[in-house]
Amino acid sequence: MNLSMEDVPPPGIALVEELDKLLLVQLRDGRKIVGILRSFDQFANLVMEASRERIVVGNLYAEVPLGLYVVRGENVVLLGELDPARDPPAALTRVSEAEIKQAQRAEKEQEKIKQSMKARMDFLDFID
Amino acid sequence: MLFYSYFKTLVGKEVTVELKNDLAISGTLHSVDQYLNIKLHNTRVINEQKYPHMLSVRNCFIRGSVVRYVQLPPGSVDVEILHDATRREARGGG
Repeated sequence: MNLSMEDVPPPGIALVEELDKLLLVQLRDGRKIVGILRSFDQFANLVMEASRERIVVGNLYAEVPLGLYVVRGENVVLLGELDPARDPPAALTRVSEAEIKQAQRAEKEQEKIKQSMKARMDFLDFID
Repeated sequence: MLFYSYFKTLVGKEVTVELKNDLAISGTLHSVDQYLNIKLHNTRVINEQKYPHMLSVRNCFIRGSVVRYVQLPPGSVDVEILHDATRREARGGG
């Protein structure tokens, strides 16, 4: 193991190889944006062209067109290179925007019920 | 720059990166930069059923600021060398 300080690359060039590729950007609020990376800087601020939000609920997904987006770096969790042979994933079924919004609402409702059940059962400490 | 240098010695090894949003990704460490941004190749997400959108991602870039843990292969840390390097850096030797 050689812990030398030599050949430190200039700051913020890690994404050069990703330029002009179709990427999936995972944001801190859970949203996922698919688009072509056109520019970036050392904070991972990004310019995404032809971008769309990919909304996934269970095994359904939909894509909502967004256009040209600038993403502030602090919101970026990860950038994934989309393998065209595996995209979209076979496990997911594409539905319309209206259908995914409905599925989102249903999921939120389910979560609310689960939370209220949990709150009521709280005195039984063996329930996870 | 100690940890940057240290992570550079791990390039090519199999690591698991756990993020602050609880997503855990394992893959081959491809590169690391001075912000400890990490690039992984041949990624696999732990608990793939929960994150189906990651199924089409093979290579990824992870922003250093969202990393919680990096799980390393056993035996990849030589504590003696790290210890010495820490003292050297503390003295300002680099």
